[in-house]
Amino acid sequence: MSRQSNRATDSKKMNSELFTLTYGALVTQLCKDYENDEEVNKQLDKMGYNIGVRLIEDFLARSSVGRCHDFRETADVIAKVAFKMYLGITPSVTNWSPAGDEFSLILESNPLVDFVELPDNHSNLVYSSLLCGVLRGALEMVQMAVDVRFAQDTLRGDSVTEIRMKFIKRIEENLPAGDE
Amino acid sequence: MADEALFQFLHSEIIQYVNSVESGESENGRCVSKLESMGFRVGQGLIERFTKDTPRFKDELDFMKFICKDFWTSVFKKQIDNLRTNHQGIYVLQDNKFRLLSQLSSGKQYLEHAPKFLAFTCGLVRGALSNLGVKSIVTAEVSVMPACKFQVMIQKM
Repeated sequence: MSRQSNRATDSKKMNSELFTLTYGALVTQLCKDYENDEEVNKQLDKMGYNIGVRLIEDFLARSSVGRCHDFRETADVIAKVAFKMYLGITPSVTNWSPAGDEFSLILESNPLVDFVELPDNHSNLVYSSLLCGVLRGALEMVQMAVDVRFAQDTLRGDSVTEIRMKFIKRIEENLPAGDE
Repeated sequence: MADEALFQFLHSEIIQYVNSVESGESENGRCVSKLESMGFRVGQGLIERFTKDTPRFKDELDFMKFICKDFWTSVFKKQIDNLRTNHQGIYVLQDNKFRLLSQLSSGKQYLEHAPKFLAFTCGLVRGALSNLGVKSIVTAEVSVMPACKFQVMIQKM
């Protein structure tokens, strides 16, 4: 009887663990394939980018979010809608630069790093690099060029995970040649 | 709680990556075995977490049913549609609408790529069974997507 309710919550938990464990298997494989951590970081970022450019369509189809009018709105949508939808967490948006073009996402917990410890010989590995690529790829598809990097990482000893996002420029829509 | 879509995107990206790394004549074979071994590790981890509080399984059929119902539902949001066995250690699990194939095609297009999309899941099942104390060989076959069959051969130790 209590097995039934266990099953329901377990089922949700297992789904998130499927992603976490699969990501872990991927990072492990990359560490075997590449000599140094920098290469692994780059590869994760690239894969994240590829995922991001597709994820944005899924996101726009499933959320009823309209066009964002400025970067602040974008930040809120990323933190409160996107992160919640895909990772089940709501990071806080803080540390805005005076010009309003740069902010931080503070993640109290990062589902990607459940069960993970970085061994000493991989101190340069930015384990969650995939996330940077996803954010960059997704925003590029909505005409925003951004720079995304990890400023703090709990795996490397910091108390929280902090993702710093900087707006670079608006990407002009490219019309095919010949269109006026 | 990570979303299902995220896993599907990650899964395709992983296949793309493994494909690009393994280029050569036997590329399909090596791709498939790399993906299968990744799935194996994940399956082992998953089953440990999931069956932490469940009571012991009565027999082989019991845990195969568990795989078809609870495990499949957790991972793919649906149950296996049909389970057949010869009661001598061979089980065929049929999924008529396999989630990881439905994005690839519905029909026979891209059939030659289907094994790569099934390899991870074969490993997942093999890993799950392995941590339940059962050694097995898991293969998959597909003729018309998105339906496919997973064949599990239990190895008597």
